[in-house]
Amino acid sequence: MSATAGIGASRRRGSLREWITNPWAETRFLWIVGIGYVLWSLVPVAEAVLFSFNRGRSITQWEGFSLRWYTWDPTGSVLHNPALQHAIVQTLKLASLTVIVSIPLSVAFALGLHRWQRLGSGAANFLMMFSFVTPELILAVSLFLLMLNAFRVIGLGTTAQLIGLVVLALAYPVVIVRARLLSLGRSFEEAAMDLGASPVRTLGRVTLPLLWPSVFASAAIVFAFTLDDFVIVNQLSKDASSQTVAMAIYGAARTAPTPATNAIGTLMLVSSTVVIALAFVVYRRAARRRGEGMGVV
Amino acid sequence: MSSGTATATRGRRRARRAADADRGAWSPRWFWPSFAAPATIYLLVFFVLPFYVVVAVAFGTTDRILRQPVPSWNPFDWDPAILRFTFSNITHTDGLYHAAFIHTFVFVALATLSSLAIGYPFAYFLARRAGRFKSLFLVLFFAPFWISYMLRMLAWISLLQDSGYVNRLLVDLGVLRQPYPWLEGKPITLVLGLVYGYVPYMVLPLYATLDRIHPSLLEAGRDLGASPARTFLRVTLPESRQAILAGFVICGLPMFGDYFTQQLLAGSANTRMIGNAIVDSLDIPIFIARGAALILVMLVLLIAPILYYLRSTNRAAAEIGA
Repeated sequence: MSATAGIGASRRRGSLREWITNPWAETRFLWIVGIGYVLWSLVPVAEAVLFSFNRGRSITQWEGFSLRWYTWDPTGSVLHNPALQHAIVQTLKLASLTVIVSIPLSVAFALGLHRWQRLGSGAANFLMMFSFVTPELILAVSLFLLMLNAFRVIGLGTTAQLIGLVVLALAYPVVIVRARLLSLGRSFEEAAMDLGASPVRTLGRVTLPLLWPSVFASAAIVFAFTLDDFVIVNQLSKDASSQTVAMAIYGAARTAPTPATNAIGTLMLVSSTVVIALAFVVYRRAARRRGEGMGVV
Repeated sequence: MSSGTATATRGRRRARRAADADRGAWSPRWFWPSFAAPATIYLLVFFVLPFYVVVAVAFGTTDRILRQPVPSWNPFDWDPAILRFTFSNITHTDGLYHAAFIHTFVFVALATLSSLAIGYPFAYFLARRAGRFKSLFLVLFFAPFWISYMLRMLAWISLLQDSGYVNRLLVDLGVLRQPYPWLEGKPITLVLGLVYGYVPYMVLPLYATLDRIHPSLLEAGRDLGASPARTFLRVTLPESRQAILAGFVICGLPMFGDYFTQQLLAGSANTRMIGNAIVDSLDIPIFIARGAALILVMLVLLIAPILYYLRSTNRAAAEIGA
């Protein structure tokens, strides 16, 4: 494959000649792959979203646009289905609680590991990364057995779901925040310490304000991921009261999906997109502001 | 005079503190470990301890009257009967779990290889050819990560129905004479579903690596007279070998634990995977111990790729740190 086409400005003229002589086909092939991949990965989702607005009951025959399955169908619509609404509430509750519990734990962990580099820290980090790559089914089943045999006080249900989601969510912020700490370096904190700030004061006045955008981004990612979690939440659920949106979609999809199933999936898609977009905007703005500040310094 | 001594002392103290700062030891010894402690304790209680419960249940017995598992907490009481039973049902060709294991390995192998075949050219395109559309393509590439897996599968359930768009298209194009029953327990549908679900995890490490290969390396290859194909084979491909292995691991690991794709797209006995066998046995109290034994077997099988992946990411982190 052509190595030079379009890589560096210095090679632009060379690549022009090459475009004429040969690798048209290779470049064209890669563009087809690129566009084809994106279409393949997103067109089905667009179709599913579209059918949430179907006037008919079918999820394969388009019968015109309507909000029937969101609002006005007296039995099937999201608005008139208490079970689906409960699932939305349960999902949002679990996602928010997971963020509230896991973010402080993992940010503190990242900070601790960044400074504490001894034997113990290696073991703690190994444990964290191990939990990150273990297949979710293994986590879910082992927590299921824990709740059933050892922690009967907790049992299955919302608390168990929250505990499992926090295990799943813990590592993402650690990875993101540690990367930020690495790129920040130690100069800011050292300056603060040289000016006589105590470790706690340095943390509160220097380190955490610098980390804030990455903490916010982690919170958004954790929220979006737990919103869509299925395996843990399903395995640790007790009854209809702990049903989430992902479980509702799964249940309906296996039996008789109606456009209302698509509608509830669309609502979740909108919420996670909003959260991720918000995080992206905040992160970008914070990064730009810091960039200007650095210029002055 | 005395103020001079004070200054000198302060200077020395500052020098010592600066030296300490370089070593990262300018706070009480317990200060930073105490930050890492809560999450570590959390993982010990809700990640490590559950593994012990799995072991205790797998090596436990089953109460015949209450019809539920009785874990053996004391390693000296461990009874290997259930584990032995499970194991022989995996290895014997007519065993309960034999087919599920074979299916899992075949489907995961096919799905990861197809993911590589699709993911590599796409990652290459993203890293080298997307040009000024690169950020747009990156956003579109990342979208499936926050789109619910269930919604993505639901989309295929409607597309693959007899009256769905896939069949309509294939019939209209003359590829098929009549609609193909995609959703009636077909292995091909399951493999396609797994590829669709997990291919982004394959692209991720490939893109990260291909994007980092320095253009000068490729130019050197070209300047030394290698053809584009040869440059790819001798420079790009060897440089991305680590990433391909990493892709296999992070793309394949979750597939091993997948049971819901099978249930949604191809629910039938001839596509059952290990995950299905595990989840099904947990539904029936008397079989829970078998589920625990299966989880244990799965963990033992997957421990090597997990450790490989952890080691390679650790090395990558160390390189970035240096």
